[in-house]
Amino acid sequence: MSTPSRYWREIPQRYRLEANKCNRCKLIFFPPRLLCPECKNRDLEKTKLAEKGEVITYTIIRVPPAQFSDQAPYAVGIIELKDGVNLTGQIVDCAFDDIKIGMKVKLEFRKLFEQGHAGILCYGYKFVPD
Amino acid sequence: MRDVAVIGIGMTKWGELWKKSLRDIYVETALLALEDAGIDRIDSMYIGSMSSGLFVGQEHIASLLADYLGQLPVPATRVETACASGGLALRLGFMEVASGMSDVVLASGVEKMTDVGGDEATYALGTAADQEYEGYQGITFPGLYALIARAHMQKYGTTREQLAKVAVKNHHNGLKNPLAQYQFEITVEAVLNSVKVADPLNILDCSPITDGAAAAIICPADMARKMGKPLIKVIGTGHATDTIQISQRKDMTWLEATYQAAKQAYAMADKKPEDIDLIEVHDCFTIAEICVTEALGIVEKGKGGEAVEAGLTAMEGKIPVNTSGGLKSKGHPVGATGIAQVVEVTKQLRGEAGERQVKDARVGMTQNMGGSGGSSVVHILERE
Repeated sequence: MSTPSRYWREIPQRYRLEANKCNRCKLIFFPPRLLCPECKNRDLEKTKLAEKGEVITYTIIRVPPAQFSDQAPYAVGIIELKDGVNLTGQIVDCAFDDIKIGMKVKLEFRKLFEQGHAGILCYGYKFVPD
Repeated sequence: MRDVAVIGIGMTKWGELWKKSLRDIYVETALLALEDAGIDRIDSMYIGSMSSGLFVGQEHIASLLADYLGQLPVPATRVETACASGGLALRLGFMEVASGMSDVVLASGVEKMTDVGGDEATYALGTAADQEYEGYQGITFPGLYALIARAHMQKYGTTREQLAKVAVKNHHNGLKNPLAQYQFEITVEAVLNSVKVADPLNILDCSPITDGAAAAIICPADMARKMGKPLIKVIGTGHATDTIQISQRKDMTWLEATYQAAKQAYAMADKKPEDIDLIEVHDCFTIAEICVTEALGIVEKGKGGEAVEAGLTAMEGKIPVNTSGGLKSKGHPVGATGIAQVVEVTKQLRGEAGERQVKDARVGMTQNMGGSGGSSVVHILERE
């Protein structure tokens, strides 16, 4: 099990959806980096992710990794947000049959998994129908 | 740079080898390669292993294996680029021989995956994805390729049946490979009706969990010539990277690292896709083979599914792909896979592939991929 610091230092991204905007090429990207992935510029500012977007691909995970074993089956998709950022995340609060490429979704703050019996409860974003 | 040749290859039967440890499997295989080359000493060795730490709780395996192979104190180096670790071991060995630093190098790979349960193996393989932004959301490896598959089906009209046909073809080829883990035929219906893993991929779309190793001995071509060996030269090598998060790629259906690695290898070898007689590709999932054949330029972008359906990549097709049975039938002990591809191509070029021999094979290619395409290693071999 990881120490709490690994979880704690990702909180700005996972809880507050902090992303970067490049002050040269204007690209918005997530997660934050020290260099713009497009133009390699280091002059970046903080921005917040758009919270709405659409599903561009998805799958239903039926054989999960250990920490998600009590949740399967569950849907995971890649969502293109309105600011152009692509995010991988679970799609919840809808039937699997209702998930389609092009479906409109929005981000919500949810619990993702627990790090064992006495460990950290891990939170982050999931997508729900918009 | 000096010309480099493969003078020895080794591989034992792959599978769930419960009675054998990582070191047993490795040494048995490496000894076969040394015997095949007719030598007993090497100058240096490279070992591809994705995750001996998570699979058997053992790091520092390069020195351990040099010791058990009776080669102390040669320099031994473990290399890791997830599932492309084996291919990278050959590339680094190639550089060492080509540069003149060493003469005889053992390029090898090993993975012992069945000492942990299914959950832990799924986790270990998952560490090749971005742990903070893909793994954290509950994605698995089959899940990542399922995301690629769904996007490919949407963009190009690739069908569920076409995916299944990749597995059917590779099992058909593997039937003739006595070293394959799963030597049996499967049908399209069996694939379509098999247990769902990550929609649209079923269990028969996925390569298995395997214990195994593979080894190749390389040396300068001049030395190989003096030894009277059939001259199988490594004439091209390429290695490239891409984002390990698939969501960060401009086109999720396109394997840019594989395209770039192939471009380097084709240029170095002065060959074009139409010059290649057979290819071993990284079919960790059925969709992977479809995307890889597109990135290698042997079929048009988006046409990988149609090509399988038309039999273009079958044993008797225009360009046989995965004559060994591929990862699907032969097995996928992650770090060993890239070297096993070289073992198969060398057998084919020597004319020693038995029932699955491709007639008049002179130029062969290998493509070994890490993660969901975040790294890719390509080699071209030619019989002189």
